[in-house]
Amino acid sequence: MKKLIIALAATAALLGGITGGAQAQDKTKICFIYVGSKTDGGWTQAHDIGRQALQEHFGDKIETPFLENVPEGPDAERAIERMARSGCAMVFTTSFGFMDATVKVAQKFPDVKFEHATGFKAAENLATYNSRFYEGRYIQGQIAAKMSKKGVAGYIASFPIPEVVMGINAFLLGAQSVNPDFELKVVWANTWFDPGKEADAAKALIDQGVDILTQHTDTTAPMQVAAERGILAFGQASDMIAAGPNTQLTAIVDTWGAYYIKRVQALLDGNWKSEQIWDGLKDGILTMAPYTNMPDDVKAMAEETEAKIKSGELHPFTGPVNKQDGTQWLAEGEKADDGALLGMNFYVEGVDDKLPQ
Amino acid sequence: MLEAILLTVITAATPLVIAALGELVTERSGVLNLGVEGMMIMGAVVAFVATQTTGSPYIGVVAGITAGAAFSLLFGFLTLTLVANQVATGLALTILGLGLSGQIGESYVGQPGIKLQPINIPILGDIPFLGPLLFRQDLIFYLSIALVIGIHWFLFRSRTGLKMRAIGDNHSSAHALGINVIRTRYLAVMFGGACSGLAGAQLSLVYTPQWVENMAAGRGWIALALVVFASWRPLRVLAGGYLFGAVTIGQLHAQAFGIGIPSQFLSALPYVATIVVLIIISHNRRTTLINTPASLGKPFVPER
Amino acid sequence: MRIELQRRSQSSRLFSFVSPLLALVLTLFFGGIMFWMLGKQPLDALYSFFVEPLLEVWSLHELAVKAAPLILIGVGLSICYRSNNWNIGAEGQFTIGAITGSILPVLYPEWHSPMILPLMLVMGMVGGALYAGIPALLKTRFNTNEILTSLMLVYIAQLYLDWLVRGPWRDPQGYNFPQTKSFVPEAVLPEILESGRAHLAIAFALVAAVALWFMMRFMLKGFEVTVLGQSERAGRFAGFSARRMVWFSMMLSGALAGLAGISEVSGSIGHVQPTISPGYGFTAIIVAFLGRLNPLGIIASGFVLALTYLGGEAAQLSIGISDKVSRVFQGLLLFFVLSCDTLIHYRIRIVTQKLRGGAAHHA
Repeated sequence: MKKLIIALAATAALLGGITGGAQAQDKTKICFIYVGSKTDGGWTQAHDIGRQALQEHFGDKIETPFLENVPEGPDAERAIERMARSGCAMVFTTSFGFMDATVKVAQKFPDVKFEHATGFKAAENLATYNSRFYEGRYIQGQIAAKMSKKGVAGYIASFPIPEVVMGINAFLLGAQSVNPDFELKVVWANTWFDPGKEADAAKALIDQGVDILTQHTDTTAPMQVAAERGILAFGQASDMIAAGPNTQLTAIVDTWGAYYIKRVQALLDGNWKSEQIWDGLKDGILTMAPYTNMPDDVKAMAEETEAKIKSGELHPFTGPVNKQDGTQWLAEGEKADDGALLGMNFYVEGVDDKLPQ
Repeated sequence: MLEAILLTVITAATPLVIAALGELVTERSGVLNLGVEGMMIMGAVVAFVATQTTGSPYIGVVAGITAGAAFSLLFGFLTLTLVANQVATGLALTILGLGLSGQIGESYVGQPGIKLQPINIPILGDIPFLGPLLFRQDLIFYLSIALVIGIHWFLFRSRTGLKMRAIGDNHSSAHALGINVIRTRYLAVMFGGACSGLAGAQLSLVYTPQWVENMAAGRGWIALALVVFASWRPLRVLAGGYLFGAVTIGQLHAQAFGIGIPSQFLSALPYVATIVVLIIISHNRRTTLINTPASLGKPFVPER
Repeated sequence: MRIELQRRSQSSRLFSFVSPLLALVLTLFFGGIMFWMLGKQPLDALYSFFVEPLLEVWSLHELAVKAAPLILIGVGLSICYRSNNWNIGAEGQFTIGAITGSILPVLYPEWHSPMILPLMLVMGMVGGALYAGIPALLKTRFNTNEILTSLMLVYIAQLYLDWLVRGPWRDPQGYNFPQTKSFVPEAVLPEILESGRAHLAIAFALVAAVALWFMMRFMLKGFEVTVLGQSERAGRFAGFSARRMVWFSMMLSGALAGLAGISEVSGSIGHVQPTISPGYGFTAIIVAFLGRLNPLGIIASGFVLALTYLGGEAAQLSIGISDKVSRVFQGLLLFFVLSCDTLIHYRIRIVTQKLRGGAAHHA
């Protein structure tokens, strides 16, 4: 028992100060529901950084309570309802799996505004928001094609949902725009979050001869493996440069803060309305980490592409694009519409993998 | 390429082998500790925190071992002194370990760790193929091999080992012969905890030098299965652990080759394999009976 | 100083009541210290943990929703454990029950009939029971350890569910996201009262608990469970078959876990998705022991455990305690319950030994 108490004391010392504190009634409550731990180093942490940015921006005017590690399922509905009942003016539910729970609670509380990340069901008081991660992946693909000596990259994927499939396709289209013969090997880790498994997947890909690694899972383990094996890699969700100072080319950084500030401002101004928002690089909802470990000409190319995407001059999914089986998907000059992207369940030509169905 | 793949397999298998060896000793003494996952995760977090604080992964290894052993004492006190149910206490240990480690490590998430560096053994390390696999490894790998040999010798060649097996087979007669059952079991439980802690340290210092919550990700449970898989024999733990590592890594390679089997089925392979092997080894009643500690999981209260 | 145990000739009735209370008090005490060390007012923290969730009607409904699967699975497991069958794979049986129970609403979404719900429940129970039958078969036929096989089957069930909802069962209109079509209203387990979300699952749980309590207390089958659990040999003399008991207890607990699974999917979620359980099957093991393997005790312990989840959330919101603290708290609770149970069967004596010449080695 003594040991346990000592352990707890150590824990307490480590934890330091959590902000709890008194709640003044005139503050507007902006609430967040997280699927993971706020220090997961990936998806949820990115949202929590956004929440902190929001808190900092509005200071005393708002408070931002949150619930972390809320499982997707019946617990989510309860957690969201608890938020609505505790006087939140606005609730951000930050995982796809919270969709139906958010819809149900939104029906019960018409006066509370809800925003659900990455879903597709909206209502009068329920908006959805998402980030065009694929724009960043297109740039990564171009860099990969320039930097790879072997012309083949490895992609550690999580689950075969449209979001991930879209990312794989965008990466490959970017790469093919530089080197039409570029190849992509995909390994499905079937997890968002398991450093050991992600590291194993990274090693497997490297052993199969890829010399550039990119990931759609959340830990820095693949970056560490890439650093150890001396190949280059891209970071995911946050800037992972610390895990690979000589390895990371760039990373897609989720910067939700910009979006949260915009929406809360609208709420405070009284002109919030339900929208289905899909912001991209130009809106600042995602940013590219500094382009490092590459020659200047590659960096210049990446910056140029980034600028073109921001200005709308370049859409990563512009025809001609064929599906993996060789049939035509987009005709010359045709741009994919958002609906087709959001439901994407096929590979484009050149992916060396069979999409799990 | 084969060499590189085998290296990956060894890294994946080492924590399983170490944790399973510790649990094997615990079970040989007649105690079933289902808290391997909890002790492992405590070892992982304490090893990482100690390494980050002191800058030395070797101190981290020692800290991980100590944490595992200390945490297992909690289990020992409940099951050996207070004769609580071993299955339930083991599960409780896992739940507590997951929560506690999350708290201890909260401010360390995402920090790049310091990797335990390989030690190159001169001459042997230069042997082609085998050199890099076996003689240019890190301390924990060497320890895992030493543990296999040491535990085999201890169990089957030493007097103390014989006594311990006697306790595991029939604690009442061992007690009648004047062997201190409870003390031996405490030591066996702590040894198991220390090994789980070491396995945890391997996760956060070698496998992926970083700390994230719940990073053991079920490996403690696999280690438990390995003990039965190996029918309580150390050399078979080594073989089973490597086989298990090979299946895990193999399915990733199968994917990268682009074979069209749903990845969920491939991910399920190691679990199916364990069940199949369990069936095969338990099917032969004679070998099972010889090796299974007969008083496994049964409480012991000395009569006075 | 050392602790010595002496078996009571008969388990203490007094301590059967006192020990859980003592455990609760100890947990509250150490929990309070933990909160204090985290810089929180211990009483505030304990209040938001244990009282706040009980003050509002909607929250009581949520408590019932959360407790129902825990109780359903827990009472089934108690029969297993009492008969010495260590099924720790209830999570897998829960998952398979949810899958088999959902076959009708997922594959025949056009079928509107009052018959659909009873059929779903039965199919869920059958699925759970059959899945629990695998470790039973392996144990009786090949002598395989059921702890390990039932646990391995959990992972397999979860991966199978994952494959189903991302593949063949995926809603074609769902933008390719991994979930099935929403169930038709006839396939949704009805809510009990207007005032909240509690649905029929809690009624199933209470009925199952009372029925199993009756069986254990008054029926020969209950006696059989107890005798075989205490000594297989004694059971054989009484003419009971340990082999049949493996089947009976495993399939019974599997069926109840399966019922919990389909009830959860139908009543609380309304469709099938990759995550349908926050680990109910494992938490129920704690519930079973916390209720000391007595079906009526399990009703109480199911609610207590459910309360720690709700309380953990309330405390996160009102005083900013991390969610990891709630898990530590649950661990503590279980530890104290397990240690205090010793008092029921044993007398505890603290023996102070004089060491060599009675020197003052200890203060």
